[in-house]
Amino acid sequence: MCLAIPSKVIEVGEFEAVVDHGGVKKRVKLDLLAEPVEVGDYLLIHTGFAIQRIAPSEAEETLKLFEELIRATFDDEGPPVS
Amino acid sequence: MMKDLRFRDRAKAEELARLIERLAPAEPVKLVHICGTHEVTITEFGLRSLLPPQVEILEGPGCPVCVTPVEHIDEAVALAEQGHIVTTFGDMARVPGTRKSLEGARSEGADVRIVYSIADAVELARKAAKEVIFFAIGFETTAPTVAAAMLDGVPDNFSLLVSHKLIPPAMAALLEGEHDISGFLAPGHVSTIIGLEPYRIFPEKYGMPVVIGGFEPLDILYSIALLLRQLREGTPKVENAYTRAVGSRGNLRAQEVLYEVFEVTDHYWRGMGLIPGSGLKLREEFSSWDARERFSLKVKSNESLHPGCRCAQVITAKATPDQCPLFSKGVCTPRTPYGPCMVGEEGMCHIWHRYGGRPKL
Repeated sequence: MCLAIPSKVIEVGEFEAVVDHGGVKKRVKLDLLAEPVEVGDYLLIHTGFAIQRIAPSEAEETLKLFEELIRATFDDEGPPVS
Repeated sequence: MMKDLRFRDRAKAEELARLIERLAPAEPVKLVHICGTHEVTITEFGLRSLLPPQVEILEGPGCPVCVTPVEHIDEAVALAEQGHIVTTFGDMARVPGTRKSLEGARSEGADVRIVYSIADAVELARKAAKEVIFFAIGFETTAPTVAAAMLDGVPDNFSLLVSHKLIPPAMAALLEGEHDISGFLAPGHVSTIIGLEPYRIFPEKYGMPVVIGGFEPLDILYSIALLLRQLREGTPKVENAYTRAVGSRGNLRAQEVLYEVFEVTDHYWRGMGLIPGSGLKLREEFSSWDARERFSLKVKSNESLHPGCRCAQVITAKATPDQCPLFSKGVCTPRTPYGPCMVGEEGMCHIWHRYGGRPKL
């Protein structure tokens, strides 16, 4: 099962990091990340491995896209729905 | 933990629901997602109740446990019965094989251990005097973790029973032959690994819209809106609605690690049959860690499902759990499962059972 919620990095070692996942500290392996990880980063974790660094700013971008789609569609005079 | 409640905002969900209603065509639309975690969000938050009646979203073959061939379960049981330590993920141990499940073998004295990660299995092997086998199931998200552990180095008493599968070939299999699918909501974290490229075939060859979506309620509603917009505009393409976790090329490091250890092979999917290029096997250089080569494994497997079980229809998005008499009569439950879709935590039947079935609208 995919863990949908990212975990925050609280300690970084050479090959592993410690993350806080909902108040639980977990050791995760960094083998699958090409870029270095820093304390405070958010990571997606899958079966004990970090699989992606999440940029919190991207969350803002996505929320903006929701707005844009809603606005664009309701402003759109385009072809009728059916 | 970054639980971003803005992705669960009720007012915004209602706005997106109105948008979906606006974009929905008059004729029925069947959208298919391929991910147990998507199904959990859709069911837990009752998102189906926000969709117009002609828009349906179903789970395809997104539950790795559900599609694992009985033959592989039987092989794992045989290894446990030979006296080795067999490790795997929790729900895999509960799926019945031809004679018994791994859990059943454990109740008879075999050493079967549930692990959270392959790293736990490797750690166990370092301390154990016996052979330790990791029954490796899962899709593109899990396979790189197994590959990484192999590249890190494993002890001699460790081996793998590989049953990894690839999602895009199974999506393509759904479109071969008769189907009524209008678009795909592609899985979030499989896409984190593989990126957008492997999905291009769907718009290009099948004219099928694809949107990669995240796991929060608004992510899913937004993805559905994008799929409906593609259908409305008649411009099928691959869109990424989960950019905070999915880059267009995916996780290149994970792909590199994955294909250093594994290569693509044809694979049998329970309830679907043989799908070309849909599985992984260890490369020649790693074959000495292949449990199938190390141990004598001759099993006689019965792949057929219980006569009343609709799991094959559920994983091919041809039926919902409540259309199965065993589900609707309450005969098939996680405690008394008739098929793997009720056992796997990502199976649609298991999830619907957990959250009380279809919303009454």
